[in-house]
Amino acid sequence: MDEAPHRIGRGVFLATVAGGITSLLWGKTVWDHVSRAVSPVESLVPLVPSGGWRIYTVSGSLPGFDHATWRLRVDGHVRKPVSLSYRELLALPKAEQVSTFHCVTGWSVKDVRWGGVRLRDVLAQADPLPSAHALEFVSAERPYVDSLTLEQSSLRDVMLAYEMDGRPLSRAHGAPLRLVIPEMYGYKNVKWLAGINLVPRALDGYWEQLGYDRDAWVGRSNGYGA
Amino acid sequence: MSHYVRRFSRTERVLHWANAVGFFFLLATGLILYLPSLAVVVGRRPLIQTMHFWSGVGWVALLVLIALAGDRRGLKQFAREVDRFDRDDLRWLLGRRPAPQGRLNAGQKLNVALTAAFTLLFLVSGLLLWFGERDTRFRFASTVLLHDGLMYVALALLVGHLYLAVINPTTRHALRGITLGTVDTEWASRHHPKWRRE
Repeated sequence: MDEAPHRIGRGVFLATVAGGITSLLWGKTVWDHVSRAVSPVESLVPLVPSGGWRIYTVSGSLPGFDHATWRLRVDGHVRKPVSLSYRELLALPKAEQVSTFHCVTGWSVKDVRWGGVRLRDVLAQADPLPSAHALEFVSAERPYVDSLTLEQSSLRDVMLAYEMDGRPLSRAHGAPLRLVIPEMYGYKNVKWLAGINLVPRALDGYWEQLGYDRDAWVGRSNGYGA
Repeated sequence: MSHYVRRFSRTERVLHWANAVGFFFLLATGLILYLPSLAVVVGRRPLIQTMHFWSGVGWVALLVLIALAGDRRGLKQFAREVDRFDRDDLRWLLGRRPAPQGRLNAGQKLNVALTAAFTLLFLVSGLLLWFGERDTRFRFASTVLLHDGLMYVALALLVGHLYLAVINPTTRHALRGITLGTVDTEWASRHHPKWRRE
């Protein structure tokens, strides 16, 4: 033998690195196309485990939930502080919606079926004072908290969800109640909701104190779409 | 006449096993972060995340240190072997036989090139995830897709690698080479005739 060898190993290495690095720019677009193409059969052939959900927590363990003792407290700048039991919550008019959940880190879950109550039905009971211009959502997972202005919270598809995809909200997703605001990234969608405080103005939540945007509009905040 | 012939140097073997141990630890901690069912059972996400990040940094640092402290000339020779594919290597990849192979067959060369590229990409995307959580300048919508995608392809490669190394009867003798360093002379002549002829 031998003819001059082909220098393939280095080529494979460099091409893979180049493809991987540039995918930071095209990866999500391609992935969105692929997942749209397979979405008709995705229930049969799931592309990713658990529909693409990841469970983000900030503390050592996930808060538990006891039907008997759980309460949602609505307090702060209100005329009538409210403390709702789980049963009282379920007795409120039920709202349902299908919306996409976007995480600020780049993953999304399409067509999540939420069931729950509209915020206004809960707030009406507490009768907010004119000085209340924002809502602070307190999680049972300490020290997680986040807030919305009253205007943001009155977007049409904002809800307090106790059902996901036809089943009671699981512990991983914030049982028994979480905030859903599809227009904003997941970190605004507070899980394990324990209380809502009406406050004069919106405050920085958990991730916002770590540098994330308070107005977390999907595609228009946190360095995206700037 | 010796019954066994040395196939992998100490540096090559230490590098392989440091890579393997690091990969399995990162895979385990990474899956806890990735799979909801595991995340719920284990909890302690901030701790797992910190362990995952620092073991990833430590993993790459360890590989670099081993390479620097070990037989560098041997590793350069190894890199040359991985780089160069002769006509028989290409025939081997296309499934044509006979296609006598050297110390590394063409599939092993590809595995090394891909694994090295994946390691670098895991590092880059992991650093971007870590720093992107702290600074929007490092934030890309596709970073998490790249990091997860790498996990899937690396896992597929690993499954094939493990099958050939510990299950497939004709190839699993290679495990001896990467643990003890030596392989049976007769096996080497059959699977890597060009190397034996050198």
